[in-house]
Amino acid sequence: MRSIEREELLVAETSEGEQELQRRAKTAANELGREIGAVLRSNDLHIDPTSIDFDRQDDETMIINMGPSHPSTHGVLRLMLELDGEYVLRCKPVIGYLHTGMEKTAEELSYIQGAVNVTRMDYLSPVINELNYSMAVEKLLGIEIPDRAIWIRMMMSELNRISSHLVWMATNGMDLGSTSMMIYGLRERELILAFFEKTAGLRMNLNYVRPGGVAADLPDGWKDDVTVICDTIDERTYEYDQLLTGQPIFRERMVGVAPITAEEALSLSVTGPLLRSTGVAWDLRRTMPYLAYDQVEFDVIVGTYGDNFDRYAIRLNEIRESIRIVRQCVEMMPSGDYRSQDPKVTPPPRARIGESMEALIHHFKLFTEGFHVPVGEVYSAVESPRGEIGCYLVSDGGAKPYRLHVRGPSFVNLQAIPLLMRGGSVSDAITTVSTIDPVLGEVDR
Amino acid sequence: MISLSPLAPPGVRTSEGMAADLVCFPTRAQYFALVESFKADAFEMCVDVCGVDYLSHMDRPLPEGVEGTRFEVVTNLLSLSKRQRVRIRVQAGNDEPEVESLFALYSGVEAMEREAFDLFGIIFTNHPDLTRILMPEDWEGHPLRKDYGAGNVPVQFKEAPGPR
Repeated sequence: MRSIEREELLVAETSEGEQELQRRAKTAANELGREIGAVLRSNDLHIDPTSIDFDRQDDETMIINMGPSHPSTHGVLRLMLELDGEYVLRCKPVIGYLHTGMEKTAEELSYIQGAVNVTRMDYLSPVINELNYSMAVEKLLGIEIPDRAIWIRMMMSELNRISSHLVWMATNGMDLGSTSMMIYGLRERELILAFFEKTAGLRMNLNYVRPGGVAADLPDGWKDDVTVICDTIDERTYEYDQLLTGQPIFRERMVGVAPITAEEALSLSVTGPLLRSTGVAWDLRRTMPYLAYDQVEFDVIVGTYGDNFDRYAIRLNEIRESIRIVRQCVEMMPSGDYRSQDPKVTPPPRARIGESMEALIHHFKLFTEGFHVPVGEVYSAVESPRGEIGCYLVSDGGAKPYRLHVRGPSFVNLQAIPLLMRGGSVSDAITTVSTIDPVLGEVDR
Repeated sequence: MISLSPLAPPGVRTSEGMAADLVCFPTRAQYFALVESFKADAFEMCVDVCGVDYLSHMDRPLPEGVEGTRFEVVTNLLSLSKRQRVRIRVQAGNDEPEVESLFALYSGVEAMEREAFDLFGIIFTNHPDLTRILMPEDWEGHPLRKDYGAGNVPVQFKEAPGPR
C-alpha cells in the first residue's frame, strides 16, 4: 500500500502535464501529426503503410520515458516514446530540465560579463558561443577589431570545433558499444583542452573571446603546440576510419537509419551537419562568411542520404577540414594587437594604471559599470559544430543588454527527433539522438 | 538590397538593419501574409522566433507609422538560395499579446513559438501544441517579462517531501 502511495506521489511531483506525450485519444490531430513526425504539409499522409499500423488503439501500445537520466541522451533530455513492441510510433521530447534562465541572467550582467554567461550555454563549443555574442555586441558598437584578433578567433573556434566533434565521435562510439572510440575521442580532445588552458587559463568555459578582441595573446611557442595537435589528430582520424567506418556492426547500426530529406530539414529549420547530410551545402563559414573565412581554403562536407552514417561521415571529415583551416591560420597569422585599442571597450594597459589616475578611473569604470552600447537591435549568427548559433541582441543604450536571445542550434534540431525516430527501433533511437548531437545546456539555456 | 516581394501585403513599413539585412514592421493582421510572401520568394527557412518585452524601453526607435507596443515578436527568415536574411518585428500587443502562428508555413517554428509563449506569455493562435516548454508545467508567470520579480521571490520549486 505504502509503495503505491509513494508511486502516486512521485508521479504528481514529476508530472509535466500537457508537455508530456498524451494517449492518442487525448491528442488533437495536428499535434498527433507532429508527434509521428509529419513535417511537410503536403506530405502529411505520406507514411509508408507497410512499416507500422498507425491506427493502433491505445491499449495495444505503451508510452515509456527514455530519460531524463539516461546515459545515451547526452544530458537531461527526456524522450517520451509510444512503442509498439520494439518499434517507435510516436515520440515527443520533453525539455527544460536544465533551464537556468540564462537569458534572464544576461539582462543583469554588463556586456563585459555577458561572455562568461553565454560560454556556459553550449559547453562543448564555448569559444563559438563567445564569438557569436561578441560579434553581436561589436556590430551594435560599430567597432572594428584588429586582424590578429580575427585570426586568433578563427583558429580558436576551429580548434573548438575539432574538440566538439571529437566528443561527438567519442559519445557516439560509446552509444554503439565501442568504448575504445570513447577513450580515443576524449584522449585527443585533451590535447586541445590543454592548449586552451595554456592560452586562456581554463579548459572549458574560457571567456577568451570578448567584445573588442580576445582576452590574451597566444602563448609563446603556440605554433609548435598547434602543429603537434594538427599532426596528431589528423593522423588519428585515419585510425578512427579503420576502427569504425568500415566496421560491419557499426555500419549496420548507422547506414540507412533515420533518414531525413532536404525539404523536411529546411521546413524544420535544422542546420549544421543534420542539414548538410541531406545534400544542402549550407555552412555559414562559406555562404555568409564572417571573420576571415573567405581567405582560407576548406571544403563544405555534404552527405547524400541524410542518414546517421552521413552525419557521422560529415563530422569525421569536418575534423579534417578544420585541421586544414587551423594549419592555414598558423601560416597566415598576422602580427599586431590582439584586441581593439578603442578605449571604450579595452581597459588601459596594466603599467599605466600604476602611474595615471585617469587610467585607474577608466579601468575602474569599465569593470564596475561597463561600457554603454548605442540603442539598437541586431541578429548575428555563426556556424557552431551543431549548426547556426544566432544571437539577437537589443540595447536600450545602457551598460547591460536589454534583451539577449540565443538561437541554439540543438534546441531547434531536436524538433527533428519525432521524424527521425518514426518506425525505427528503440536501439535506433539511441543512435539517432546521438547523431543529432544535442547539447542540453544549449537546448534549455 | 533586399526588397519586399510583390506578393507582400501593401503598407508594410521597412528599415535597413545593422547587418545589411531588411527589417519589416507588419501589423498583426499583415504578419502571416507577409511571411507567406517571403516564403514564396525563396526564403526557405525560418531561423528564429523570439519575443521581446519593451516595458521599460517603450521609446525605442521605430519607423514612422509604426506604433510600438509592449511586446514584440521577432522572426528571422533566411533564404539559402539568395543568401539573405530578413527580420520581421511584429508589434504583438500590450496586455494580451497575440499573433498568428507560422506553423502552417514552417513547421520548425513549433518549439520556438512555445518558448516565446513560455517565457513571455505571447499567444500564438493556430499553434498545434502551445504549452510550456522550458519551465515546469505548474510554474506561475512568464519569467522573461520585465515586470516579473526576479531575485526577490522565493524560487518555486516543487514541494519536496520529507525523508522517507
